[in-house]
Amino acid sequence: MADASTSAKGDLKLTNLTKSYGEFKAVDDLSLVIPEGSFFALLGPSGCGKTTTLRMIAGLEEPTSGKISIGATDITDKRPYQRPVNTVFQNYALFPHLTIFENIAFGLRRRGIKDVKEQVDKVLNLVELPHLADRKPTQLSGGQQQRIAVARAIVNRPALLLLDEPLGALDLKLRRQMQIELKWIQTEVGLTFVHVTHDQEEAMTMADTIAVMNEGRIEQMGSPAELYDNPKTAFVANFLGQSNLIEGSIVDSDGDYHVVDLHGQKAKVLKSRTHSKNNSVLYAIRPEKLRIDLDNQSRPGNRFTGGRIVDVSYIGVSTQYQVEMPWKQEIMVFEQNDDGVPPLDKGDEVTLSWEPSFSFALDGAQDATAGSEVNPEEE
Amino acid sequence: MKTLTRWFSRNLIRIYMVLGFTYLFIPVAYTFVFSFNDYIKSNLVWRGFTFNNWKNPCGVLDVCPALGNSMKIGLLATFIATILGTLIAFALGRYAFKGRAVTNTLIFLPMASPELVLGASLLTIFLNLGMNLGFWTIVIAHVMFCISFVVVTVKARIASLDPRLEQAAMDLYADERETFRRVTFPLVAPGIAGAALLAFSLSFDDFIITNFNSGTTITFPLYVYTHAERGLPAQANVIGSAMFFLALLIVVAGQIVGKKVKVGK
Repeated sequence: MADASTSAKGDLKLTNLTKSYGEFKAVDDLSLVIPEGSFFALLGPSGCGKTTTLRMIAGLEEPTSGKISIGATDITDKRPYQRPVNTVFQNYALFPHLTIFENIAFGLRRRGIKDVKEQVDKVLNLVELPHLADRKPTQLSGGQQQRIAVARAIVNRPALLLLDEPLGALDLKLRRQMQIELKWIQTEVGLTFVHVTHDQEEAMTMADTIAVMNEGRIEQMGSPAELYDNPKTAFVANFLGQSNLIEGSIVDSDGDYHVVDLHGQKAKVLKSRTHSKNNSVLYAIRPEKLRIDLDNQSRPGNRFTGGRIVDVSYIGVSTQYQVEMPWKQEIMVFEQNDDGVPPLDKGDEVTLSWEPSFSFALDGAQDATAGSEVNPEEE
Repeated sequence: MKTLTRWFSRNLIRIYMVLGFTYLFIPVAYTFVFSFNDYIKSNLVWRGFTFNNWKNPCGVLDVCPALGNSMKIGLLATFIATILGTLIAFALGRYAFKGRAVTNTLIFLPMASPELVLGASLLTIFLNLGMNLGFWTIVIAHVMFCISFVVVTVKARIASLDPRLEQAAMDLYADERETFRRVTFPLVAPGIAGAALLAFSLSFDDFIITNFNSGTTITFPLYVYTHAERGLPAQANVIGSAMFFLALLIVVAGQIVGKKVKVGK
């Protein structure tokens, strides 16, 4: 059973991968390279094609066209059991009729590996559950089942480990703990992890590289910091965190910066962070990058004057303000509660200021709400 | 008076349960009690207690050959119907093909049709084909009406099986055959066993269709029917009671095994 393809090693390469269901293209001409040994996340709302992509890599879904290869080996037409790929399924898919030991040993036994007991014990120790070997899956908690599902996959030392929303069924606290644990396991075993999720926080915590997917295509790919600080589309800006997007137009140039007119007020943005084909832009600034002050106190950087607080929510670590601007748009501001000053009140007249190098500008022709109306928790 | 009303309303569900079970089990209890009746000719009047009928269940002419026929037909029909029905259930539950929806509906028809009609039309077919009525025509008839029940039972089990389990097996280097052997079959097996038990009890029990197609072969239900008018021997009660306890034993054993599998000890 173990032919050359199950021992293939190297980078995962997807070339013009497409999956159509009739007229609908779930995955649309997707090309990307995932370097060996990296922790890669496919991030996007439900229906963006991320799970379909994962299933095609696993061999559980047949691509309409395109190519999948690992290193120099083309695996596009291989059956799932002929690929050096293992999957951690969304609901774990542990075999209910087998013990935990036999669940983990399943892949080893099918490949005719000799020292099954030794390897299973080793991986059970790695996930810190050696005492559960004789139990059945239904006797385990969700978090334990999750770890066994990971153990069952990594014991085979695949070239590629696929994780399909692996933490979706766990509660928030356990999810945070498992994020750290999974990252640790990945570093420990040194395998390539491809992780599919709709949870941007999860992707940012674990992955080295994130590909943000939307409607079957990759919107943008990069490190978590790159994607957050310098998004190229409104979808990415809104899907990863929150952004204030203000319509404006480039009116002047000042060294490395464009000068943008925003409803009569001037602001600057780095040319390297401007992603517009013409002068019409969506000027963007993250809520936590804005400082809020009672009227016109002098602060360095750019500023908006004439704002009025219309809503205040105190959430402990920070205070969130909705500030209505003279052009009737509401701007969101997150202020850290680190200075002992009580929050401002609803109705206060305020000035917003920010460091212009923190802002970015997107193509003005886009829908400014793209990616913000999708509820990431919704499946 | 008030305490009595309160007691009554609190225990209403228990009283109802006792009445319900009494109604259900009186015939069974009656059969069991009268299997110990020291009867002469007709087992209708209580004449005194004896173990003789249990010591000698074959003591009446024809009763044990009839039972043997029923057993043989039941096992054979169950075996064939379970295999065919399971294959049909997998086809219907797992594969999309032209005519699946129609097949799904048609498979219900034998369950919904009156047994009299099925029995009569089978008889017509057998006569037209010039087949001799007897053991094999009964087997064919029983397989026919058992298949539907097997298909429905097994299909329900397959439907409740998470397809991701088979995908996980394939993902873990099991080819199609190994996946079926190691994952699909063990998980569907309880459904197949249940279907086989159901098929056997339907076959063992059947009177109407059998009566049309039996020729000179006598099965246990036919024996009971023909002797009921002249006076049924207590041996029939013995066999009936024994079958009841056997079924009870299988169900209880099945539940114990099922529990053990769940607990995983």
